[in-house]
Amino acid sequence: MKHPNNLKYTESHEWIRTESDGTITVGITDHAQDALGDLVFIELPEVGRKLAAEEACAVVESVKAASDVYAPAAGEVVAVNEAVVDAPGDLNKDPYAAWLFRIKPAAGFDAGKLLDAAAYQKSFS
Amino acid sequence: MHQTPLHSAHREAGAKLVDFAGWEMPLHYGSQLEEHHAVRRDAGMFDTSHMLAIDIEGAGAREFLSGALANDVARLKEPGKALYSCLLREDGGVLDDLMVYFLREEQFRVIVNAGTADKDLGWLEGLRAKRATGLKLRPRRDLAMIAVQGPTARGKAFLALPELRWGAETLSVFSAVTIGELFVARTGYTGEDGLELLLPAARAAQAWASLVAAGVRPCGLGARDTLRLEAGMNLYGQDMDETVTPLESGLAWTVRLSPERDFIGKAALEERRLSRRLAGLVLLGRGGVLRAHQKVHAAGGAGEITSGGFSPTLERSIALARLPVGCASGERVQVEVRDKRLEALVVKPPFVRHGKSLIPKP
Repeated sequence: MKHPNNLKYTESHEWIRTESDGTITVGITDHAQDALGDLVFIELPEVGRKLAAEEACAVVESVKAASDVYAPAAGEVVAVNEAVVDAPGDLNKDPYAAWLFRIKPAAGFDAGKLLDAAAYQKSFS
Repeated sequence: MHQTPLHSAHREAGAKLVDFAGWEMPLHYGSQLEEHHAVRRDAGMFDTSHMLAIDIEGAGAREFLSGALANDVARLKEPGKALYSCLLREDGGVLDDLMVYFLREEQFRVIVNAGTADKDLGWLEGLRAKRATGLKLRPRRDLAMIAVQGPTARGKAFLALPELRWGAETLSVFSAVTIGELFVARTGYTGEDGLELLLPAARAAQAWASLVAAGVRPCGLGARDTLRLEAGMNLYGQDMDETVTPLESGLAWTVRLSPERDFIGKAALEERRLSRRLAGLVLLGRGGVLRAHQKVHAAGGAGEITSGGFSPTLERSIALARLPVGCASGERVQVEVRDKRLEALVVKPPFVRHGKSLIPKP
């Protein structure tokens, strides 16, 4: 399973990429999509919603089960990927291209506190 | 955990293995959705060796089964004919659902679920000791089972196992034939055409490999569940169990309450007032996936989903639900899905048969 080194991770299986404008893009990891199986339904937060850190803010449902996706940082949702709502299977094909939502993190957010790829792999293996 | 004779074939094919009723079985071999579509559009196969065949042999076998089963084995007139039935407790609760095959006079074969096999065997053995001591019950753990299902399944099975062709090509639906050491039935659990094969365990891996070579796709329990749900078929332990009767489980058509026969549970079924029934639900709009145990709110009262999921053929969520008996097809109900109430339409299962949708376009 792939967990690219240029991304950060959480123990709840989100990946996080810091963009050049300071926003963060969030998706679910290759390990998560593999464990869930074929995805069939995705629900995303509304743009503008204010999130607390670790708040459940999206849902991914597979043929097997529903699973919450948590905000890796407090902040405001500035964009969501509507394309995956119409094609949830894209998330199985490439979980790093099929991002879910983008947050403008509140002041004090430190991406350095998130897991790197090696630490993330260790968290579930 | 128990393993079937095909266990190493599953492992080599990269199956994701899970515990199912104490058996280590394939959930899928990569994509459950693609396996589902293979069965609807082409041909797929399932290892069902965890299920148990029990041979019932000897004088009085027919009378024994007539007294034990809710459906009427008198319907099995020609050798090879198959019948679906529930096995009931005295109070009408469902001990199991099973297939019974009439092989020849004084010889029947029933095939029961994996999770209930020991319980069923104990129950039948208890009955035999009381009612038919001349009968023999033979559990056939020496047999493997493979279900080959889909519109092209039979043709591919004949290519893979040419010895089947002679006896099984003209086999009619819901019939079986014995060909040497193979037992072949034109039955299944998917709503598609196909065959169920019983064969000596030692031959299973070779037969499986030949079927793969003929283009039959291995499918796991995941696809088996979505296929049977689309076909409106109950899963024992989920859509029914010992706390409900077949009449409350959409299975009135499998119960024969004719005055000239008696069977265990009959009196209870005739007495119990029907308050609940099993119906189909189709989720309207998007907003989630229907799942087992979600609460349903209907005009006539509350109900509960017994099996639910995403239908790959219909590309929408469907379910079986136990609802108040007055809740009619065409009625709209609300289902509690996580923190929301979503609208669903009550329909009469099956949802899909032979690859085609049977539900009204919403």
